[in-house]
Amino acid sequence: MNEISANPSRQTAQKLIPRWGRILAWIALFALLLAIALVLLRKQQGPVAIGQRPPTFTLTTFNGQKITPSDMAGKVVLLNFWASWCKPCEQEAADLESAWRYYQPSGDVLFLGIAWTDTETASLGYIAKFNITYPNGPDLGTSISQAYRTTGVPETYIIDKSGNLAYIKLSPFTSLSEIQAAIDPLLGR
Amino acid sequence: MTIKKLLFATIPVLMFSFLVAGVVAAQQPTPSDDQVNAIAKQLYCPVCENIPLDVCSTTACAQWRGLIREKLAEGWSEQQIKDYFVEQYGARVLGTPPARGLNWLVYLIPPVAILAGAYVLYHALRSWKRTPLLTNDSSTPGKPQSDVNAVQDEYIQRMEDEVRKR
Repeated sequence: MNEISANPSRQTAQKLIPRWGRILAWIALFALLLAIALVLLRKQQGPVAIGQRPPTFTLTTFNGQKITPSDMAGKVVLLNFWASWCKPCEQEAADLESAWRYYQPSGDVLFLGIAWTDTETASLGYIAKFNITYPNGPDLGTSISQAYRTTGVPETYIIDKSGNLAYIKLSPFTSLSEIQAAIDPLLGR
Repeated sequence: MTIKKLLFATIPVLMFSFLVAGVVAAQQPTPSDDQVNAIAKQLYCPVCENIPLDVCSTTACAQWRGLIREKLAEGWSEQQIKDYFVEQYGARVLGTPPARGLNWLVYLIPPVAILAGAYVLYHALRSWKRTPLLTNDSSTPGKPQSDVNAVQDEYIQRMEDEVRKR
């Protein structure tokens, strides 16, 4: 009854672009929006969550040693992201080293330092300054920090013996006891 | 006697000039700020996103500029330095992403969008130009009407009928 014939301007527009062209344009637009949505979703996800299985990686230390996932298996692994230009990192450096010296003899705990967006010269200077003895290496291509979706430095992730993420600290540790309080329960102490 | 004096005077001068030349040859040329910044402005530090390395004031960026200077002094080329930064910190440090994988979209989408827009605009302008002429033609008695005008007339007629009914 109230049926109105096709809008002439719409008909003209349809004539301008062939049918396959319109379909292709819509598919391209949809794909682009989907890609943008996925990127935004990934950015909003935040760091890896506690209880999840964290991403595996191989760290090549500054002295060329390779630390593989098999070296981490069955151990409590403390992963510390740091940078030589990061002042808050300096606050926790001595405590982390003390904690490493405390746990190292047991062999159940592995500390790994990952230098994020740092120059090798400056990183080595930082390691020497704080007399750090646990393995440290650069985050080559920022692949490890991207896999962990880190938001800055310092950030510390502790993985339990079964390989699940048990603890996250997105700010510096303030004392040795705070580090021990995070690790001891994972060792059943 | 004169020759002897001349020799004594010449030898220290020669020795001194050889010494100076040796020191100059042993020195590495220090790259200028302009040389460093020419490369730095093509790089972005992940710490301070969207700020080119040449104007970024953070310690991290200053260290990176120092690293560029160091590599230039060692005789590295611009490409070698950029490759080193990509290897160390990932491709996202580059101002212009390398044309591979999904990065191709960055290079393809803008020209394709511009070309598609230009195509649509060109045809739209042509149709807009044509429409008034056709309207004028249709007003002339005895001339055949186009399909577009027929549709328009039919539409207007039905609209007027609907209005009259109310």
